[in-house]
Amino acid sequence: MSLIAAELTVEGRLEEVTVAMQTGQVTAICGPNGAGKSTLLQCLAGLLPTEGGLVALDHRPLDQMRPCERAQAIGYLPQNGEIAWDLTVRNLVALGRLPHRDRGEAEVAAALSALDLDSFAERPVSQLSGGERARALLARVLAGTPRWILADEPLAALDIAHQLALIGHFRRTAREGVGVVLVLHDLALAMNYADRVIVLDCGEKAADGDPQVALSEDVIARVWGVPARWLGEPGARALVVG
Amino acid sequence: MTRPVQILLLLLAIAVPLSLMAGRVWIDPATTPNAVVILMELRLPRALLAIVIGAGLGASGAAMQGYLRNPLADPGLFGIAPGAALGAVVSLWFGYAASPYLLPLFALVGAAAAMALLAAIAGRAGGIALFTLAGMMIASLAGALTSLAISLAPNAFAMSEIVNWLMGALTDRGWPDVWIAAPLTLLGIVCLMMAARGLDALVLGESAARSLGMEPAHLQCWLVAGVGLTVGSGVAVAGIVGFVGLIVPHLVRPLTDRRPSSLMLPSALAGALLVLVADCLCRILPLVTELRLGIALSLVGAPFFLWLLMQMRRGLA
Repeated sequence: MSLIAAELTVEGRLEEVTVAMQTGQVTAICGPNGAGKSTLLQCLAGLLPTEGGLVALDHRPLDQMRPCERAQAIGYLPQNGEIAWDLTVRNLVALGRLPHRDRGEAEVAAALSALDLDSFAERPVSQLSGGERARALLARVLAGTPRWILADEPLAALDIAHQLALIGHFRRTAREGVGVVLVLHDLALAMNYADRVIVLDCGEKAADGDPQVALSEDVIARVWGVPARWLGEPGARALVVG
Repeated sequence: MTRPVQILLLLLAIAVPLSLMAGRVWIDPATTPNAVVILMELRLPRALLAIVIGAGLGASGAAMQGYLRNPLADPGLFGIAPGAALGAVVSLWFGYAASPYLLPLFALVGAAAAMALLAAIAGRAGGIALFTLAGMMIASLAGALTSLAISLAPNAFAMSEIVNWLMGALTDRGWPDVWIAAPLTLLGIVCLMMAARGLDALVLGESAARSLGMEPAHLQCWLVAGVGLTVGSGVAVAGIVGFVGLIVPHLVRPLTDRRPSSLMLPSALAGALLVLVADCLCRILPLVTELRLGIALSLVGAPFFLWLLMQMRRGLA
């Protein structure tokens, strides 16, 4: 199953970007601020109109799909993680079933268990820590049982332990056959945990492929404009800048 | 049926017979002369109208707060109530108030004009911010035109009639008013119920809601129709009755699971109860003239609003 963006253009933000992603992988989108990462993710989720190009899910253009059909296939986790009212965690997670128009109690329970939220299920979200809140928001996406999960900086504002726990969940979900696309600022996390990295620069694709290649020292110097070196072995690399 | 709905239905079942009996003259059906006529022609339509108007305002308040994700939102923000009021004021200005149908008809035309203007300005792709600003602009324009109509009133009687009407009341309302307001309000509540799933999705913000299949243009259509019909028909028969749409969702929210869809029906019932009880108190209070319902609710609502602001400020601190 594929999610393809072909010659995608959004005025002033993306310039003819073409990417193709497969399920079963964690794909990271990286790039400096203003590179167009969130714009690309929103286009892939079918949330942003484009001036040119198209996004296709399993060879069907997204704009020809009904919103509910698209929502069942693609789960989107925005950057801000807004929750307007003080719902319980269970009710928050159950919102993920809205595109299916059912209560989906089994799916909600499975999503809560997958993210170790069973003991918090009846707790109001205002009483959650940052890490618990991030997990609850991801569980909301999982409860919709989408084939694709698109998350915009889901690890931002989390401490390192919670970052590792959450990216572990993303990897497990990908191993179960879901396509996971993450916007990441932390290049070391992208290098160590993504199966594939897309690098954007000024709205254009600067690199795309295996993390070792797409995040090479040359690419980092060219795109981010900083000299950097990777230390350590593949899978446990650390980035030293300067 | 959820527990809050059961409790509110029970309270309404108690309040309705009490409201029929309560008034300057306490009616005992067994002993009061002409009790049946008074009950059937005066008090029953008035009680039903209170229930209808309160239910419409409560439900539209819950929907507005869900849509704007803001506990301070009120149905008046869409400018539909001021639009309806302007229509009614125009009919009073021209002296059409004697007809039982012309004043409500003008008010409904005013509400419809406000709804059409709102839809035209916000457009298909209009976001929540543009929609709200358009509503506030319409409210402001309608308010200014209403003031202009008052200041240019042809005579002192028309001016006093307009000012009195704007205060909102259920005094001397009868069955024709019920037949105008009840079907429109019911239809409006159905429209608001159609928006409930979209409002639930909006809990997560606009982009997440759209990713859950919420279509902003559809949601806005249901909301404008729902708020327009409930508030417009309420204003058409009773004038401006403020604060119900603001207070009621607040009182009810802690009793629900806080999803906007769960709040809608209990808010409608609680709104009905609040307006019914408030109207009873207006009748019972030993004043020279009957206290206007709009004033009574504002007297309770404004301090409540201030208390709410204090609570929110404390929360922010």
